[in-house]
Amino acid sequence: MSTSTAGILVVLLLVAALVVTYRPFGDYMYRVYTSEKHLPAERAIYRLTGVNPNVGQRWTVYARSVLAFSLVSVLFLYLMQRVQEHLPWNLGFSGVSPALAWNTAVSFTTNTNWQAYSGESTMSHVTQMTGLAVQNFASAAVGIAVAIAVVRGFARRRAPVATGPGSMDGVVGTGDEIGNFWVDLTRTIVRILLPICVLGAIVLIAGGAIQNLHGNHVVSTVAGGKQAITGGPVASQEIIKELGTNGGGFYNVNSAHPFENPAAWTNLFEIYLLLMIGFSLPRTFGRLVGDKRQGLAIVAAMALIALGSLAVNMAFQAAHHGTVPEAVGAATEGTDARFGVANSAVFATATTLTSTGAVNSFHDSYTSLGGASLLFNMMLGEVAPGGTGSGLYGMLVLAVVTVFVAGLMIGRTPEYIGKKIGAREMKFASLYFLTTPIIVLLGTGVAMAMPGQRAGMLNGGAHGLSEVLYAFTSAGNNNGSAFAGITVNTTWYNTALGLAMMFGRFLPLIFVLGLSGSLARQAPVPVTAGTLPTHRPQFVGMLAGVTLIIVALTFFPALALGPFAEGIH
Amino acid sequence: MSTTTLAAHQDNADGHREASPAQPRRVGGGLLDPKQLWTSLPSAVRKLDPRTLWHNPVMLIVEIGAAFTTVLAITDPSTFGWLITVWLWLTVIFANLAEAVAEGRGKAQAAALRRAKTETVARRLVGWQAGQPVETATVETIPAPRLAQHDLVVVDAGEFVPGDGDIVEGIASVDESAITGESAPVIRESGGDRSSVTGGTKVLSDRIVVRITQKPGESFIDRMIALVEGANRRKTPNEIALNILLAALTVIFLLAVATLQPLAIYSKAQQPALPDSSTLTGDGITGMVLASLLVCLIPTTIGALLSAIGIAGMDRLVQRNVLAMSGRAVEAAGDVNTLLLDKTGTITLGNRQASAFLAVDGVSGAELADAAQLSSLADETPEGRSVVVFAKEHHGLRERTPGELRHATFVHFTAQTRMSGVDLAAEPGTTGARQVRKGAASAVTRWVREQGGQVPAQLGEIVDGISASGGTPLVVGDVIEGPAGSVARVLGVIQLKDVVKSGMRERFDAMRRMGIRTVMITGDNPLTAKAIADEAGVDDFLAEATPEDKLALIRKEQAGGNLVAMTGDGTNDAPALAQADVGVAMNTGTSAAKEAGNMVDLDSNPTKLIEIVEIGKQLLITRGALTTFSIANDVAKYFAIIPAMFAGVYTGLDRLNIMRLASPESAILSAVIFNALVIVALIPLALRGVRYTPASASKLLSRNLYIYGLGGIVVPFIGIKIIDLLVQFIPGVG
Repeated sequence: MSTSTAGILVVLLLVAALVVTYRPFGDYMYRVYTSEKHLPAERAIYRLTGVNPNVGQRWTVYARSVLAFSLVSVLFLYLMQRVQEHLPWNLGFSGVSPALAWNTAVSFTTNTNWQAYSGESTMSHVTQMTGLAVQNFASAAVGIAVAIAVVRGFARRRAPVATGPGSMDGVVGTGDEIGNFWVDLTRTIVRILLPICVLGAIVLIAGGAIQNLHGNHVVSTVAGGKQAITGGPVASQEIIKELGTNGGGFYNVNSAHPFENPAAWTNLFEIYLLLMIGFSLPRTFGRLVGDKRQGLAIVAAMALIALGSLAVNMAFQAAHHGTVPEAVGAATEGTDARFGVANSAVFATATTLTSTGAVNSFHDSYTSLGGASLLFNMMLGEVAPGGTGSGLYGMLVLAVVTVFVAGLMIGRTPEYIGKKIGAREMKFASLYFLTTPIIVLLGTGVAMAMPGQRAGMLNGGAHGLSEVLYAFTSAGNNNGSAFAGITVNTTWYNTALGLAMMFGRFLPLIFVLGLSGSLARQAPVPVTAGTLPTHRPQFVGMLAGVTLIIVALTFFPALALGPFAEGIH
Repeated sequence: MSTTTLAAHQDNADGHREASPAQPRRVGGGLLDPKQLWTSLPSAVRKLDPRTLWHNPVMLIVEIGAAFTTVLAITDPSTFGWLITVWLWLTVIFANLAEAVAEGRGKAQAAALRRAKTETVARRLVGWQAGQPVETATVETIPAPRLAQHDLVVVDAGEFVPGDGDIVEGIASVDESAITGESAPVIRESGGDRSSVTGGTKVLSDRIVVRITQKPGESFIDRMIALVEGANRRKTPNEIALNILLAALTVIFLLAVATLQPLAIYSKAQQPALPDSSTLTGDGITGMVLASLLVCLIPTTIGALLSAIGIAGMDRLVQRNVLAMSGRAVEAAGDVNTLLLDKTGTITLGNRQASAFLAVDGVSGAELADAAQLSSLADETPEGRSVVVFAKEHHGLRERTPGELRHATFVHFTAQTRMSGVDLAAEPGTTGARQVRKGAASAVTRWVREQGGQVPAQLGEIVDGISASGGTPLVVGDVIEGPAGSVARVLGVIQLKDVVKSGMRERFDAMRRMGIRTVMITGDNPLTAKAIADEAGVDDFLAEATPEDKLALIRKEQAGGNLVAMTGDGTNDAPALAQADVGVAMNTGTSAAKEAGNMVDLDSNPTKLIEIVEIGKQLLITRGALTTFSIANDVAKYFAIIPAMFAGVYTGLDRLNIMRLASPESAILSAVIFNALVIVALIPLALRGVRYTPASASKLLSRNLYIYGLGGIVVPFIGIKIIDLLVQFIPGVG
């Protein structure tokens, strides 16, 4: 089978699977967040933590809860790494250095899962299971919770009535509450992530992924050398790594490791998992705002960008320069022979379009322009479909910006889902879309200006620049995948990238909650023939266009000196 | 709102749209006179003051860039450097010019108003009571500016009204051309809705006593001057939101350019053998080029034109003789979902007209027509005139002059009898004296019965039928003295109908496409109201409306999230005008109404509400279109500047030079020149506003996206290429 045929088949299968999931899974999530009942397990958690699940939170309170929860998570994770040598199942690993522990703690709490270390030679089983894996769940759930809170801001249709806990208007309060973070967090983990992960992990184990608590097995290889084979609770971590768009691999080579991703079909399954929540949440959004077409429009814009990006990536991977690629017909360097170029391109595109950052191939080895497309995916702010939750709220912010420009062009104060986009809303939306470009550009600029950090680059020329740009783009957008090629486990990079991840996660999150709070206060505007329809292909096209143009204009100079300089001949 | 007011102004109102451009005081239909560019230049240069430019961050950054390149050009002179510097300064000046031109047009209007604001002397009445003869009152003469609120002044023919107020006694014809530009005098009288007079207007006949309502120094003319000059122009909510977006884009581009420097230094250092070029040296990109790139990328086009667009929007209203008290009101007009329109004068012609004569059985059509005509001969109301006209046009009855009928006594309409008609005396010595009456059905039937006549049952059916169809029935009856005593009969019914203005249905259809619901307000009964509403094509109606009903309707609409616009002129309209999001008061109206609304229509034409909505929309569309254009322009500029900067280091990047610009210097200079010239080229569009035709949101968006989005991408490629073809011949550039 040729590369392109294989690629098209994989894509068709994926699209079909996601289309099938969209409705039932989106509807299921809708019910999760509107249900008035608490499960016994949830009630137990609320009692333990002293949370009153029936009280709504204004956006400021919601944001404070998110930040407090995340701060505690960072501290906990940091401490656990520092003292892992004193904990059981430490495999003989010593405590992690302060800079790396900070970087890793932030990385896993922010759903980035940038790894400046090799999992199998740094982290003990306890750290992996009770630290990193827990944050895989928590950070994914935080993203979804915030997205749901943001949607509630759009959806709020009437004055608050206390009808029940957790429901749209069910929370008791003054009217601009956007839900209860603790309830959203708990329900996401208990009702969505955990059930899927239990089932999914079994499927992965069936496929050959391992799940044990073994240490290193040293075996003699056929060639007579010695090889250490590390066991561990891999499948349980692998499943949430994909589902929660985390991407932090148990092993350094991530999903290219046969224990993480044993076969071609598990590869496809993993791609599906990492896209599943992102592509289904728009349905939940549509249901929550009471207009399913709005959800369809958002998912259509996501799909348009995703498929476009994939086509570009595949085209560049197949049309190649250089002796070896021309001889074998595609840029095979850095790809796993089990998966091939097409499957690798799909995985790479999916992992950079979401905030996953898991890899099954070596992005650094992609053709310059193929690599640029991966870089560009992240620069989009990961909105197609993006990280769990964060993709949806990122896309909604872009929709707000699109509606603003489009709304002016039809001669009305812009409105989206019945809410007016005024100065306050634009302030929050602008701050949101400013944050990550600032982090990425500043980080890259500063790194390139410092001789010490340039020394960490293993490659020179345009490719070296691409690697630094990739690192900051990945960290700032909470992706976590790496181009590699630079020594990032240094105090400077660990600190700088840690800061990039932290600001890249929490500043936008605060701004988007602020936007939601501002929208929640508004009484809705009735829809008339003069209202800009935001469910038609016209709007979908414009939304995708605005997304691409804003990002292209922001990063064109940097891309020109990196991948373009390298790739255009 | 009283019927008479609107009716009286109907002719004026309808004639206005055609007449407006021809009126001498007005600046022609929003077009730019090239001379204005020249005359506004000094003002544009004065605006270079950073303290003034502070309010426009985008242009302030351009100015800083220009100052920066000036220093560079002085320390390291080159043709290229000086050309860039000059064009960066020109960019700022062009932006200032746009604002200055827009303001200049307002200033011209303000100057005309100031001329009208002659210092007058007021004759204040002391201790005068209404009803007391003015001659007997004590009069003191004081300068007009010293008049306080509630002072009473007397104004005689030939004198100027010293301040805004309401007439408390008298009636006068007043020349208001100073304010409205309309030279025909208007009647102002005490009581009712035409009692207000404006300071600076001239009384042409008679004497009036005016109670001053303005505070000193806050006359209508003062406010008009302030408005057209834009003296206390504040940014509107939407303008603020757009400014935030522009600021955000500016920050992004500032950062993209600033962080480019270390990347450029690194890239250059990778190939140490390469000689320094005029764009890239070992120290990185030259300051000249960095400043050029920044100016080209930040949204200068919309940044330069934004305030001009706002001023011009207000100005377009002024040109249509509407004064908006704030830019916020103009913007709100674009957002209106519900229009409340008074039936009379707005939807229908001011008066009802005869549309049929329906005779009862046993009476011929000709007989009824004759009687109808007779009874209406002396009836000078529009309805009465229309009966005579109808009789002539449809029954061939020659119009008889009242003098033609000897022995005729005309009976005029009174509120008590609710009938009018004529008494024809018999020829001396004969019988056959005849009384003809027409009037309200109940009045005429009672009269016929009193005279001993019978009222056929059929009459009731005819009358009800007419009422049901939205018409007004007038019953005609007569009493003829015969030899056997007098015979009283009911002859038939005149059907009066409201005549819907031509073209209203199309306008309402257009409104509906724009998503605006029209609600007709009328004092008529629901049946009549419904019939007219159906005929005119409005979406809804409010019948038997009282001012309280109106206010309640507005509140209800607003509670549903709708923005409401309405017109009004009476004092009892004031609460509704104040409540409406866009309240347009008629200039003929009372001071209370004008105070309550946020716009005043000097022509007192209620139909203009529709134009006001369109102007509001046009204002927003112009902003959106130019923003889109401005951002789309950046694509081409990148393709000009990036290869110019880096093709020396990475030769592959020369393939991005798809315009094949001659040299790096010519490419950068061309982009900068294009960026500056496009501002001048778009000034007329900013002042005139983007063309607006009522259409659905989708259609409007598609059209504007194609023109300003796609056009914004394509035009600069062509423009920069053409400029490059010229500038490459400049020594040191090509």
